[in-house]
Amino acid sequence: MKSNTRLDHRIIFDIVDPGSRVLDLGCGNGDLIYLLARDKNAKVQGIELSDEAIYECVKKGLSVFNSDIESGLVEYPDQSFDYVILNQSMQEVTKVDFIIQEALRVGRKVIVGFPNFAHITARLRLFFQGKAPMTKALPYRWYDTPNVRCLSITDFRDFCREKDIRILEAFYLGETAVIKFWPNLLALNAIFVLTK
Amino acid sequence: MVKKEQTVGLVETKYFTFAEPPHEMPLEFGGKLGPITLAYETYGTLNADKSNAILILHALSADAHAAGYHRGDKNPGWWDPMIGPGKPFDTNRYFVICSNVIGGCKGSTGPSSINPKTGKPYALSFPGITIGDMVRAQRYLIDFLGIEKLFCVAGGSMGGMQVLQWVASYPDRVRAAIPIATTLKHSPQQIAFNEVVRQSIMSDPAWRNGEYYEYGQPERGLALARMIGHITFMSDKSMEEKFSRRLKNGNYNFNFGVDFEVESYLRYKGDAFVKRFDANSYLYITKAMDYFDLSGGRLIPPGRRVDSRFLVISFKSDWLYPSYQSQEIVRELKMRFVDATYCELRSTYGHDAFLVELDEMKEIIRHFLDKTYSGADVLRVYEI
Repeated sequence: MKSNTRLDHRIIFDIVDPGSRVLDLGCGNGDLIYLLARDKNAKVQGIELSDEAIYECVKKGLSVFNSDIESGLVEYPDQSFDYVILNQSMQEVTKVDFIIQEALRVGRKVIVGFPNFAHITARLRLFFQGKAPMTKALPYRWYDTPNVRCLSITDFRDFCREKDIRILEAFYLGETAVIKFWPNLLALNAIFVLTK
Repeated sequence: MVKKEQTVGLVETKYFTFAEPPHEMPLEFGGKLGPITLAYETYGTLNADKSNAILILHALSADAHAAGYHRGDKNPGWWDPMIGPGKPFDTNRYFVICSNVIGGCKGSTGPSSINPKTGKPYALSFPGITIGDMVRAQRYLIDFLGIEKLFCVAGGSMGGMQVLQWVASYPDRVRAAIPIATTLKHSPQQIAFNEVVRQSIMSDPAWRNGEYYEYGQPERGLALARMIGHITFMSDKSMEEKFSRRLKNGNYNFNFGVDFEVESYLRYKGDAFVKRFDANSYLYITKAMDYFDLSGGRLIPPGRRVDSRFLVISFKSDWLYPSYQSQEIVRELKMRFVDATYCELRSTYGHDAFLVELDEMKEIIRHFLDKTYSGADVLRVYEI
C-alpha cells in the first residue's frame, strides 16, 4: 500500500481478512476495493451513484453497480459477503436503519465509517460562533452538504444498543493517526465493525 | 494516450449456408428450418488461438453490415463508431463478427427467401422463430469459423436479447457479455407496441395474408408500422430538441398534410423503411421479441455456474427499454454470483441512444474489454 493512502482506507484495509468477499456501498472511484482486491485478494463489488465515479471503477477493472443504495440490496442473498462497507456514505442516506439492517443481512460483518459531528471544533463553532458544524471531516457548508444525517460517535453507539447490533471493534481517527482518548470530543471520524 | 480511430475501410458481406436437408436446424417451439443462409461480415483478424473473437448482435431492423463501407456507399455500417482500428471494438486487437438474424431480409433466410421445396417465397409458411433460434443459427456460424469460445458478445435492444440468450444457451462459450438497452423479458407495454406495429401491417389490404411478393410490399402498413416504431425509439426531450414545433412550410395547412417537421420526419422514415425492409420479416421478428422471456431462472439455469463477465448498460431517457429492466438483469446475475457491472448512462436520446449517444458508452466498453482481455479484472467469481 502506498504511504499516501487515506487513513480510513488503511484502517479498513487492515480489518478485512485476506480472500474475503466484500461489498462496498458508495464505493466512489473504487480506490478502497481496488486495494483490497489487489493486495488482499478480496473478491470485491461496489455500488455507486455517481456516473463519473463508475467510469473510474470500470477503468480499474472493478465490478460495480450504478445505483443509489437506498433501494436496498434485494439482489444479494443473505450472508453473501464477509464484509459490507459503508464508508462515508451512511450519513448521506435517509433510511439509515434500513440500510444498516440490509447490510447486516447480506454481510457477516459491516464496516461503517462516518464523520463525528461532535468533534471539538464543531462544538466550539456552534457554541462560540453560533454556526453549523464544520470540521476537517465535515468541510461542507450547510447549503452544499450531501450529509442528511448528523450524528456523533455517542449517537451511533446508542443506535447500535437500541437496535441490538453488536460492535466488534471501533476506531477513532484524528487528522493523521488513530486516537485513543475522548473520541466523541477529539475524533474527526469513526470506523465501527458491526455484526448481528 | 488517445488512439487514433480509423475506419475498417471497404468491406463485403459474406454468406454461410448450413442445415441442408435432411440435417435441418430444429426450432425452439417445434418444427425445423433448412437450408439456412446467414449473411455476416467480419473485421480484423482471428488470432492463432482464436481467443479474440467478438460477436456483434443487431437490433430489429439492422443487418450484418455493422462497420466500414460497402463499395459505392456514402454511409458506413450501423455501428461504425464502435468498430474499427482504435475504436472500442478495436479491430487491431479483436476479430469482430456481425451476423444478420434468421427471419430477417438482409441476406439471411427469412419469410422473403425462396423455399426450395416450392420455388416460391416462404411468406407465412416460414416457421415461427425465437431469439433462441436466431442464436442457435449464429452458433453454427461460430462453429464454422472454428471459434470455441467468444471473447465477447455485444448488442443493443434485440441485439441485447441475443447477448443474454447466448449466455443462457451456451454459457461456456462466452467470456464477456455486453447487453445494452435491453430486457430479460418483453413487458406488456413492449408487446403492445409490437402488436400495434403488426396490426398496421396486417390491416393494409396490400399485405394479402403475407402473399404480396408478386405485387410489392404493403407500403402503407409497413411505413405506418415504422413511424410508430420511431416514436418509441426517441424521447420527449430528443423530439423537442430535434423538431420542437417547427413547421415544414411556415404555415398551418389545414389540409391534413405535413405541417410539422416531426410529421415530415416520421413520413420520411416510414417511406424509406419500405424500400429496405420486408413486411413479413417485421412480423416474424417482432413476435420473436415478444416471445423472449429469460426471467425466472432461465437466464442461468439452477445449478449452472457461469464465469462470463457482464457489462450491462441502460440509458436514463430510454422509456421503451427502461433502466429498471437492465437492473433486473443485473439483479438476476448478482443472485447467481455472476460478475456484473451496471451503468446507467445519461442521455436524452431515448432508446436510440445506443446508436447515437456514443462517447461515454465507447469509453466504458473500451475499458471493460481492455481489462477483461488482458485478464486484469480484479474481481474473481465467487465460490458458492
